[in-house]
Amino acid sequence: MSGLPLAAFLDTPPLGELSQDALRAAGPQAAATLALWWPTLALCSAVLLGILIALGYALATSGRAVRSAPGDLSSLANREPGLVRAVSVGVALSTVALLGLVAASAATDRKLASLDTAGALQVHVIAHQWWWEFEYLDADVTRRFVTANELHLPVGRAVELVLDADDVIHSLWIPNLAGKRDLIPGHTQTLRLRADRAGVYRGQCAEYCGYQHANMALRVVAEEPGAFTAWADRMRAPAAAPATPLAQQGRAIFENGTCAMCHTVSGTPAAAKHAPDLTHLASRRRLAAETLENTHDLLARWISRPNALKPGVYMPDQAYSESDVQALTAYLETLK
Amino acid sequence: MSDPKFEPGAEPALPIPDGDGGTDLDVAVLPSFGFGHRSLMWWGTWGMIAIEGTVFALTIATYFYLRGQGTQWPIAEPPPDLLWGTLNVLVFLASAVPNQAAKRAAERYDLAGARRATLGCAALGMVLLILRVFEFRHLNCRWDTDAYGSVVWTLLGFHTAHLLTDWLDTAVLGVMLCTGPIEGKRYVDVSENAMYWYFVLASWLPIYGVIYWVPRLPPVLSP
Amino acid sequence: MSIHDTRSAELEATWRDPPGLRGVLSAVNHKTIGRRFIVTAFSFFVAAGILAGLMRLQLMHPGNTVLGPDRYAQIFTMHGTTMMFLFAVPVMQAVAVYVVPLMIGARSIAFPRLNAYAFWIYLFGGVMLYGAFLLNVGPDAGWFAYVPLSGPAYSPGKRVDFWAQMITFTELSGLLEAVIQITTIFKLRAPGMTLNRLPLYVWSVLVTNFMILFAMPAVMLSSTALIMDRLVGTHFYNPAEGGDVLLWQHLFWFFGHPEVYFIFVPALGFMSTIIATFSRRQIFGYTAMVVALIATAFLAFGLWVHHMFATNLPELGKSFFTAVSMMIAIPSAVQIFCWLATLKTGRLVMEVPLHFVLAFFFILVVGGLTGVMLAAVPLDLQVHDTYFVVAHFHYVLIGGAVFPLVGAFYYWFPKVTGRMLSGVLGRWHFWLFFAGFNLTFFPMHVLGLLGMPRRVYTYPADPGWGALNLLSTVGDWITGVSFLLFALNVWRALARGMPAGANPWGAPTLEWATSSPPHAANFPRVPLVRGVAPLWLAEPYAGHVRGLADTQREVLATTVLDAAPDHRMIMPTPTIWPFLSAVATTMLFIGSIFTPWAVVWGTVPVAVALVAWFWPTRAETAEHLALEKRP
Ligand code: HEA
Ligand code: HEA
Ligand code: HEC
Ligand code: CUA
Ligand SMILES: [Cu+2]
Repeated sequence: MSGLPLAAFLDTPPLGELSQDALRAAGPQAAATLALWWPTLALCSAVLLGILIALGYALATSGRAVRSAPGDLSSLANREPGLVRAVSVGVALSTVALLGLVAASAATDRKLASLDTAGALQVHVIAHQWWWEFEYLDADVTRRFVTANELHLPVGRAVELVLDADDVIHSLWIPNLAGKRDLIPGHTQTLRLRADRAGVYRGQCAEYCGYQHANMALRVVAEEPGAFTAWADRMRAPAAAPATPLAQQGRAIFENGTCAMCHTVSGTPAAAKHAPDLTHLASRRRLAAETLENTHDLLARWISRPNALKPGVYMPDQAYSESDVQALTAYLETLK
Repeated sequence: MSDPKFEPGAEPALPIPDGDGGTDLDVAVLPSFGFGHRSLMWWGTWGMIAIEGTVFALTIATYFYLRGQGTQWPIAEPPPDLLWGTLNVLVFLASAVPNQAAKRAAERYDLAGARRATLGCAALGMVLLILRVFEFRHLNCRWDTDAYGSVVWTLLGFHTAHLLTDWLDTAVLGVMLCTGPIEGKRYVDVSENAMYWYFVLASWLPIYGVIYWVPRLPPVLSP
Repeated sequence: MSIHDTRSAELEATWRDPPGLRGVLSAVNHKTIGRRFIVTAFSFFVAAGILAGLMRLQLMHPGNTVLGPDRYAQIFTMHGTTMMFLFAVPVMQAVAVYVVPLMIGARSIAFPRLNAYAFWIYLFGGVMLYGAFLLNVGPDAGWFAYVPLSGPAYSPGKRVDFWAQMITFTELSGLLEAVIQITTIFKLRAPGMTLNRLPLYVWSVLVTNFMILFAMPAVMLSSTALIMDRLVGTHFYNPAEGGDVLLWQHLFWFFGHPEVYFIFVPALGFMSTIIATFSRRQIFGYTAMVVALIATAFLAFGLWVHHMFATNLPELGKSFFTAVSMMIAIPSAVQIFCWLATLKTGRLVMEVPLHFVLAFFFILVVGGLTGVMLAAVPLDLQVHDTYFVVAHFHYVLIGGAVFPLVGAFYYWFPKVTGRMLSGVLGRWHFWLFFAGFNLTFFPMHVLGLLGMPRRVYTYPADPGWGALNLLSTVGDWITGVSFLLFALNVWRALARGMPAGANPWGAPTLEWATSSPPHAANFPRVPLVRGVAPLWLAEPYAGHVRGLADTQREVLATTVLDAAPDHRMIMPTPTIWPFLSAVATTMLFIGSIFTPWAVVWGTVPVAVALVAWFWPTRAETAEHLALEKRP
């Protein structure tokens, strides 16, 4: 809705600055859909207007009567040819309009299916209650890497997202880039899209998947190919060993405590797959699928009381002492 | 507009002037019940048949849907043994004889005949129920091993529920006929009950085919 | 005509339900059952409306904390479930239970005891669900309870079991009603009411009940499979053991899509009835209207997949479902244009019921048009599962069903109670509801396009959804006030409303021929019908039926097409057995949530109650034999 006064009134973010709306396209799939949307909206508005005008005209020109007035059955004998004609024309016009919409919709479907995916980047997306796992695929297995909740894409290159669900049905929706697709246990799907404009987009799980469905969002960072490659290289690197004693203490707690039973930090003994990969946690802008800002305070609170911040979350509240929490936080903050 | 014709369905009802310009219709001469689609029971019974037939059809559709999901069907077990189910087909077909006799007798107001035939139906129904127990024991699967087992048990279970309720209906009706007094409407009940029995019988044939023969289809015809 | 008066008093005594508590539990007269049915359904509407108010309160501001995620999940599930399964579908059948026999000139509904049983089952199912909800075991997986979320692994506990059993209750009640109403319409019409003289409302009820017959079994199967997966370890929906999660969606929507038309089609009947009466002429295009109803019913079975576009289906399949979904707009167009033609050439009586049906032309059309947008796969993939869809279905449900229903309430209230509702309060109710409704739901279209998913208990401030949500909440308050005025209006009318007389609106159909409230036997003298709008004829009837017993509940059965007199039959008398059977059935259903063995031992009391219900007493048989005449 760029340029529309409504956007200003509503205070929606500009395109590419964490926007999440279907009315502004940043890629060909969303653009093709919008190219269908506006004419459809126009046609439907015209139909509505037509009906309202017809109603207004009928009300304005018909007679009035009182409750006790007798009914008129003369229409049973007369065929009322004028009305027959008017109704037939209305039905015929509607049919034509509907056939037009069917055709336009089918044409758009074709266009969406024809996205050129030669040389596409492949990312395996696995939805969990209530976070996103991204595995960047590569023919060279050693170049694969895993991250969570923040999806980086190269601008101008097609992306093929291979979709799976780990538990229940979820749905991946990044409105500025493309329509949504469900992630269904037992059915692998793909979603193809391309970002043509650098920026940060917000996406969200669209299928109800339990208590924290509301806080199952993701951040999509579309960046120039060079920046993307640099980012991917950083992601492939294992975590650097912490330097400060506090962070080293935190690492020990992490690896010997419960954390390592669920999380991975690559390059360390922590290699469990039940929860977001934390190898580069500190590089992410937000925590827990966009629920919280990734700040020192919130991270510390998250570690000991995740359920207070995201009720129902599948990470246990744990009674760490204040100093342990500080140590853990310090360690996690080194995971750039 | 022309006045409607009040042609009575079966027998003449007498038109009588009613004193306010119209003509009254004396319906006291009409019968107090009717067989077949004349009776409300017939419509009610067909309504139930439509519902239950749809349930069977959808369960069979579910069977094929699940079969289409994988490459192996049955998933991990041998097909059901043929003996008991096939025996049941034969007894079912045989039950058409007393069933038709009950319907005929009822429509002739032959109380003794209706009694005999209805009790005969109930007896055969009992045999069918006993055979059912063996059928379940020879399905060669459990409902909780896999989706194949689940849908097979459900299909046979739904049909058995119908068998059981209709057996109960028939038995109660039989007792009613034996204890009397009987009003004419009961003959309609006997006739409708016979119709329902035909439904239970007829629905068994496709279900039998699905449960016992689809798993034996040669692989060419499998998904 | 004193002879008619004494006869009429005797008839009244024959058909009246017995007094006292026993009478409460054993009533079978369709008007008593119909009234209870309607009141119960409206109570569920109020309950679900209050739940909606709570949701709106929570969503008023970003990051609000009135409701947590668990409470919110139960509330939106209960709201949707109640509105769909306990209000909208049953209320349509409930109105038909009351009105249809009167409209077709019958003294009774077919199978009156079964009718009572269907009501009790419905009531007990609803009470069970709310009991569970109040004990914090309310369902929380949404009104369509997708697996695996609703399956044993992700919804442990009993919450979803109560939901699945509630489905069993309402579907049993709904299916029985379908059979009862179809039989009533086919067999109990007054002589002369041939099928082409059937009022359009009765046609719409007939069509709806046929849809119910073939659609509800799908949800019965799917919910049975769900509860078996949960309770006895079957694997219908478990992909690890050869099951499939999309099977649920196919079965649910094979029912679920027709279901929305169970709600919409009877409302089309209200529209036709009210428009005809208040424009003082026949609906233009009777045959076209009937054909449109039937076409809607057929098409409704061909578009369930439009709820599943995001699950990804073969290209060709999608185009087919898009096309069918759009084509269903054509019968709606036929109806709308015929009504407009009727209004144009009629002489309008601007009473409250007409207001409510005129709102249809704006609200339903907006909702229908957004439906057409949703039918286009590319557009649906953007707005599926967002507030755009929430806006669509409230526009169609409320504009296409609740507005006409409330109109019908104002229309038939005088018939049912013998009192008039206040027109002034009625107009206030209308305008506040209209304004409040649009304020609540119009912004949701925009919210959906701006990316707001549905079923979120909270949302962040950044995307800019706050302002529109606030508007929406305010709209709900206005709607709430409008319904308080409605409640006030009803209360006032019952206490001291103007007496209505037999036909206060000058309406043409038979229910207005009898007194208000109607005589216990509906028609002391059953008329011989000679037109589609009898009361507008100079000579309404060709005469009357005579020769039906006054001391027995005797009715006349007629033939299906021509409504020619066929035979007399005696309807059953009041009895407590339907109530007791319903109690036994309820024990079975609830018991089965806790142990599968309940299905085994629970059948014994059910069987006993049913046999007792059908077993004739000797006295009854003797009375029947006295009036018997073999064909
Ligand atoms: C009374 C209930 C009702 C009615 C009448 C309708 C009517 C229609 N509905 Fe709707 N629908 C629902 C209730 C209803 N719906 C509900 C409850 C859901 C959501 C369930 C859930 O997810 O919780 C839903 C969801 C829903 C979806 C799925 C959305 C999604 O989840 O992504 C779709 C998609 O195709 C759809 C389409 C339609 C169409 C095409 C019609 C058509 O029948 C509309 C036809 C009418 C008109 C079009 C207007 C009049 C016609 C004219 C004036 C003629 C001229 C018109 C043109 C030329 C365009 N509906
Ligand atoms: C017929 C169906 C129907 C009706 C009438 C309504 C009516 C309303 N609905 Fe409903 N709604 C659904 C069917 C319906 N809804 C369905 C199927 C869903 C999907 C659920 C799901 O996702 O699972 C849904 C979902 C839904 C949502 C989305 C929830 C979510 O996705 O998170 C919202 C949010 O605002 C909402 C709001 C409302 C509001 C404000 C009303 C208002 O119009 C309500 C107005 C009614 C009242 C205000 C009652 C008032 C009465 C009184 C105040 C009288 C006082 C009484 C006495 C004195 C005795 N509904
Ligand atoms: C039982 C499994 C489990 C344990 C043990 C566990 N976590 Fe988690 N953790 C999770 C899950 C699941 C999530 C994702 C939650 C969500 O967003 O819904 C998560 C999320 C996180 C996040 C946010 C990740 C992101 O991408 O935003 C951090 C940080 C984190 N955990 C740190 C820890 C630390 C530190 C410990 C030990 C003190 C720990 N976790 C123990 C399961 C666990
Ligand atoms: Cu995941 Cu909603
Ligand atoms: Cu639909």
